Amino acid sequence: MKNEQFNNRNVSNGYFLVDIEDYPTDGWGKFKRVVKRTFRGELFVGLWVVLREMIKFDIHTIQYPAEKMPIGPRYRAVHEMKRLWESGTERCIGCGLCEKICISNCIQMDTRIDENSRKEVSEYSINLGRCIFCGYCAEVCPELAITHGGRYENASEQREHFVMYEDMLTPIDKLKSGNQLEFEGFGAITPHEDERVKKTPLAY
Amino acid sequence: MDTAYLIETVIKVVVILLIFSALAGIGTYFERKVLAFMQRRLGPMYVGPYGLLQVAADGIKLFTKEDIIPTNVVSRIFKIAPVITAATAFMAAAAIPFLPQFTLFGYTVHPIVADINIGILYILGIMGVGLYGPLLGGMASANKFSLLSAARGAAVFISYEVVTGLSILAPIMMVGSLSLIDFNEYQAGGIGDWIIWSQPVAFVLFWIAAFAETGRTPFHLIANDHEIIDGFGTEYSGMRWGLFFIGEYANMFFISFVIPLLFLGGYGDGSLLGALGLLAKMSFFFFFFLWTRAAWPDVRPDQLMWLCWKVLMPIAVINIVITGLVMMF
Repeated sequence: MKNEQFNNRNVSNGYFLVDIEDYPTDGWGKFKRVVKRTFRGELFVGLWVVLREMIKFDIHTIQYPAEKMPIGPRYRAVHEMKRLWESGTERCIGCGLCEKICISNCIQMDTRIDENSRKEVSEYSINLGRCIFCGYCAEVCPELAITHGGRYENASEQREHFVMYEDMLTPIDKLKSGNQLEFEGFGAITPHEDERVKKTPLAY
Repeated sequence: MDTAYLIETVIKVVVILLIFSALAGIGTYFERKVLAFMQRRLGPMYVGPYGLLQVAADGIKLFTKEDIIPTNVVSRIFKIAPVITAATAFMAAAAIPFLPQFTLFGYTVHPIVADINIGILYILGIMGVGLYGPLLGGMASANKFSLLSAARGAAVFISYEVVTGLSILAPIMMVGSLSLIDFNEYQAGGIGDWIIWSQPVAFVLFWIAAFAETGRTPFHLIANDHEIIDGFGTEYSGMRWGLFFIGEYANMFFISFVIPLLFLGGYGDGSLLGALGLLAKMSFFFFFFLWTRAAWPDVRPDQLMWLCWKVLMPIAVINIVITGLVMMF
């Protein structure tokens, strides 16, 4: 397909000028216009349209706290911390990339070396009052550990509403029942990505 | 004046006051529901089943809200203005027969407070006095938008008084009386006797003028929507604003009673069916007030004046002349 048909900004055949009568200038013309408008019954068209909608009773209201709109899988609301499917341990390796990339400086983390000499996250919090939900942390995460979830209803007594690591982490029983949702949106790997992976040529 | 008559009248006044104050509240519920359905919404849903108790919640809110008298207003007039609107609306009800007479425990009840022989003139006059509510309220408010709205409202009310009076003159000439009960008896013979068949022009004119008299949507200029604020009611709060509201809705109900009584046979021969018929006609006219609010836009003030003085008033005069000629020959 070529771009030319989109680059042509001249008015094409689909456009036409609406046929508008000239405004009447003399009294007799004005009088005729009034009579025509009076007896054309346009007011009744309006009445019929709203009555028809009332009879059809096609209500579009969503009664919000009871019903909710479905939100897309790419929706970026409060963050979630995922666990590994196999072992149930936390995916976060404490690399600190999310803290580094966060453009509003809302992620604070602290790490230490635990007794098995593995890096462990000891403190992790996100200041939701500062977070702009840009999704960079989820995009940069090498382990798909931090993602965005669909929980958009936040209420707090102060603006600096923090979420701690424990609150974001998938509960272990939810993981075991197989209900941990993978984030399909920003930062997630595309489906069937492994089919497109090419082996690194060893020739050079 | 004997005591029984006095007691009966007081009871009737109290009953009408209570019923129509409550109906004004329920009227707001119906208005919100009907408008919502016509706009594919649900309207009030949370307070009570299907939002029915929303009326009570609004009432409690209005009654308990702080009564604010702003600093620069003319306080005495500011305070009395909402009372004028509500009081004149209810005073107009005195000459309206709401139902045919019926017998209760062997006592014949006339559901009209006073069958005065100038009935319709009294109703129109009192409704005309109702103009002073918005006018004084807007002028006393020390708010330029209230003042503008009051001026616009006064212009509309006074202009359409002319149309109301002239349009009703031709039926009055035919009936030969101003009492609404006489009007009803003139049309008691059935659908064929209704005045609407002999005076269709007067009916349409009176109906159009009723929208202006109650300040409803095609002529909703007293509280102008495109100024975003509530016209003469801007500075009012709490129950004082609520009185304006009750007055407006009571006016709508009373006009919805008056139109069928004048043109559509009223309660007919006075049977139960006739009484229900009057209520049904009243409901239709009340519904029509809400219906037009959903369907039609407001007209501009100058268009409104043009319509009144250059179209409706000449038609009304021509109608009177033709009626007179037909009656004479």
